[in-house]
Amino acid sequence: MTQDESFEPEAQEAYAHLDPAATADSQDTITREIQDLHAGYAAGREKGEAEETQPRVDFAPYRSSLLRHPTKSLHHADPETIELFSPAFGQRDVSPLEADLTIQHGGEPIGERIVVSGRVLDGDGRPVRGQLVEIWQANAAGRYVHKRDQHPAPIDPNFTGVGRTITGPNGEYSFTTIKPAPYPWKNHHNAWRPAHIHFSLFGTDFTQRMITQMYFPGDPLFPLDPIYQSITDQKARDRLIATYDHSVTSHEWNTGYHWDIVLTGSNRTWMENEEEEH
Amino acid sequence: MAQAPELKLTPTPGQTIGPFYGFALPYEGGEKLVDRAHPGAVRLHGTVYDGKGVPVPDSMLEIWQADESGQVPEKPGSLLRDGYTFTGWGRQAVDNAGYFNFTTVNPGATEPGKAPFIQLVVFARGLLNRLFTRIYLPEDTEALANDPLLASLPEERRRTLIATREEDGSLRFDVRLQGEGETVFLAYPRNGEA
Repeated sequence: MTQDESFEPEAQEAYAHLDPAATADSQDTITREIQDLHAGYAAGREKGEAEETQPRVDFAPYRSSLLRHPTKSLHHADPETIELFSPAFGQRDVSPLEADLTIQHGGEPIGERIVVSGRVLDGDGRPVRGQLVEIWQANAAGRYVHKRDQHPAPIDPNFTGVGRTITGPNGEYSFTTIKPAPYPWKNHHNAWRPAHIHFSLFGTDFTQRMITQMYFPGDPLFPLDPIYQSITDQKARDRLIATYDHSVTSHEWNTGYHWDIVLTGSNRTWMENEEEEH
Repeated sequence: MAQAPELKLTPTPGQTIGPFYGFALPYEGGEKLVDRAHPGAVRLHGTVYDGKGVPVPDSMLEIWQADESGQVPEKPGSLLRDGYTFTGWGRQAVDNAGYFNFTTVNPGATEPGKAPFIQLVVFARGLLNRLFTRIYLPEDTEALANDPLLASLPEERRRTLIATREEDGSLRFDVRLQGEGETVFLAYPRNGEA
């Protein structure tokens, strides 16, 4: 086991000039901060530092992260029994109708009808079968059905933007929904989130639990968005972008996107094998 | 422990849960792993704090645990609870004061002599990736002393993982995302990070 790095109280003071509630910063300021952090990562890579595959939790251009990230490094833990298993979900929990977000009300929602489908795999490439996938999103005008979302874009009475499904035998999932729009937020002046769908995922071990966001190809807001850019490595960022897939598009009905999700590696199998060997 | 095998695929990056999960993820009864009238019902409660000690009002927590006898539950039914089946998993969004309040049972030891704990995962607006930790029960001091994770931590960090038993039998566990008393958050093998 590794010991933690020592706590640095000055880390917080270094951020004192950055008011988490500030909205006065310009996009240029945020973009420059993002570019500087990415340049630092690229320089480190050239010196042989490790490739990053996950977002940094300490990413100052996303102002809300300033006081909400641990300052100490994560502490290594060897998983114990409970951590080698995951809660079970099944047909009792989720109706097959919940995978279609366009049929939850009396009429058709407004917007571009899309199907998003793909597979949930673990880090060994094994399909994650029979597990819960949850999604939520804004509507075609960029508005969430959430009381705190005050963006003056219309709520669609025929669209809530919440879906659930249970993965199939090959880890496959498929949602029918409406393409969400970008929306403004208060990180800085004139801040806009690229269009995205939130995904919540479970694996075979609870240590694989994750929540992420799926984006659409070619979004011009990518370079401006500090949440997306908190992933400093382009290859890793690309893993959050769905692919337009004409085989998922269906005649006179919907366009289609494909997105596979890879969870971390299961520890159950190899640890059980190790126990048997002893 | 042997070296964990290399991953074949690189895991997909996480992203923040954002501010607008409230209409999507929390559900009726999510925080009640058992009914309050259950003979072994225990309240697990606390507050999530940021680096200035201010409660975080937009955080969502999930717990995962063994039953009272230490058995790992493998039954569905967490999303539509029947009031009888113990599924071992619960979810709750904190309230406007950063406060959470699960009803569950004390987990048993999954193996003889092991310190029982509840696994906790933390999501929040402003938190770019989920955080894992453990909520240890305070009673079995011998098991706690022998726990490999706790043994690897200095005292002031170790105590952030051990719940307080209150007079009424409740478990109190506060989550401090940053700063003084920062909760120990965990990295597991095979997470794809160097």
